Amino acid sequence: MMAVGMNLAEKILARAAGRDEVVPGDFVWARVDLALANDLSGALAIREFHRMGADRVFDRDKIVLVPDHYVPNKDILAASQAKLLRDFARQQQITHYFEVGRMGIEHALLPEEGLVGPGQLVVGADSHTCTYGALGAFATGVGSTDLAAVMATGQVWLKVPETFRFTYHGSLPPWVGGKDLILFTIGQIGTDGATYLAMEFAGETIAGLPVNARLTICNMAVEAGAMTGIIAPDATTIAYLTGRFQGPLQVPVADADARPARTFQWDVSSLEPQVACPASPGNVRPVSQVAGVPVDQVVIGSCTNGYLEDLQVAAAILRGRKIRSDIRLIVIPATQRVYLEALRTGLLEVFVTSGAAVSTPTCGPCAGCHMGVLAEGERALATTNRNFVGRMGHPTSEVYLAGPAVAAATAIKGCIAHPEEVLS
Amino acid sequence: MTHIAQTHRGRVWKFGAHVDTDAIIATRYLTSQDPEFLRAHCLESLDPRFATEATPGDILVGLDNFGCGSSREHAPLAIKAAGIHCVIAVSFAGIFFRNSINLGLPLLECPELAREVTAGEELDVDLSQGTVVRVCTGRVYRVPPYPPFMQQIIAAGGLTAYVRKELEARR
Ligand code: SF4
Repeated sequence: MMAVGMNLAEKILARAAGRDEVVPGDFVWARVDLALANDLSGALAIREFHRMGADRVFDRDKIVLVPDHYVPNKDILAASQAKLLRDFARQQQITHYFEVGRMGIEHALLPEEGLVGPGQLVVGADSHTCTYGALGAFATGVGSTDLAAVMATGQVWLKVPETFRFTYHGSLPPWVGGKDLILFTIGQIGTDGATYLAMEFAGETIAGLPVNARLTICNMAVEAGAMTGIIAPDATTIAYLTGRFQGPLQVPVADADARPARTFQWDVSSLEPQVACPASPGNVRPVSQVAGVPVDQVVIGSCTNGYLEDLQVAAAILRGRKIRSDIRLIVIPATQRVYLEALRTGLLEVFVTSGAAVSTPTCGPCAGCHMGVLAEGERALATTNRNFVGRMGHPTSEVYLAGPAVAAATAIKGCIAHPEEVLS
Repeated sequence: MTHIAQTHRGRVWKFGAHVDTDAIIATRYLTSQDPEFLRAHCLESLDPRFATEATPGDILVGLDNFGCGSSREHAPLAIKAAGIHCVIAVSFAGIFFRNSINLGLPLLECPELAREVTAGEELDVDLSQGTVVRVCTGRVYRVPPYPPFMQQIIAAGGLTAYVRKELEARR
């Protein structure tokens, strides 16, 4: 068979597997550059690590442990799990352990801390690990036992995925961002439209987006079933990494004759803000089709839209306005640094004076952990990434997903709204 | 890891498409790793009877994209804790699939069968032959075997046992 060129994802996996070439469908044992666990997945991973008979981690500098789901500790069980992670980090002298007050939601924190960079193989015991593809890494979610194996040996087993390439044309209209682009995409291909695949995002629209929007896009690749999302590093990526990324810059480049298994092209220059309706991230409509649906709670935060730029968008709409009196708005900056910057630049004051609750960084309501769990029959609109049955609380509660602009407008009107509705 | 019977007759619990791991075990229960606790809340938002009425040896059947969403390993752990022999579906989500391989929960991708079977009926599963028979019709369905790479992990008794052996060999 004639050798065919390798796509970006294949290039990175070939290097990590120590091979000249891999083709989609190959199974490989690959060397991991960075491994991640949180308070939920970490507890199981530590148990399996001990069951494997391991006593030392393969490299204390290449493991990142972030308690973020149930912290600050929600209850005694949550406190025990967070303690398990902390004790393990101390005992193994893990370099990158992030304590409450110095942490952030894992997928927002790792890029910000300069821990992930292009060409790396990153695995995390959390499905949204695919976020780091935004910086040109091959990053994928695995289970706790996988993570235990990585902590013990530095290696993970992977099936090399095929690549689908998604190319977007045109620049996005006002109030439309990365979240709308990825919701639109999942709406088009479905929640199993990219199962086992690498989704490569490309085109002039992507080139014009800042890193936070790219992180949001790659974050939700798993909602289409993908192993990872990936964006070829460009000048924006390099500018973000400069002075931040701690490792050597090895920018992966796809072979000139690489061919994705499928390609999709969309002109998004007139894309409306998008909303995913209950109870699937693939149940996507333009906001005009769901406008007017009343909600009880709005959440702005998570690893999808908890970045400073997201808070800026929300604050631009909320400034000088009040949240409707019967609505709760919860704003959660994704990391301590985002929190501090939002404080310094007056964004937190905008939120508080508009009537919002502002929380310390945590996953909190995103997965129904704490800090905004929904009661029976309640409805929320959130900038998070999943709206499965019961995701934010009671099994009869409902979650709509949108970007920060629609979220802010919805908090003001009390029902799902296009930002222009409250600005005019 | 518990031994998995290669030939087995079991009763079907039937679910639909896109059964996500939040539905299999909600995040609010993930402060526990106790299999008995996880079992007691397994699939409760989709069918509250499952936790109390599922008996060891039963078979779970779903449609497309079974196990989508979160990477929580508590999902296959909860299913195993309920004594489920194997899961049959039209298709499985990626991380759920690898977690199940690692934990030794057999998954069978068999679209036709998954669509046709109904709740409560019985199936004869032969894991080594890769066949499933609907007892009510006698029809035999073939399931493609796992790739040899995965079979090594399964044969070792799951990923924990696989790595334990490897670490021992290194010493
Ligand atoms: S914010 Fe939500 S999606 Fe992101 S890591 Fe936390 S629970 Fe998962």
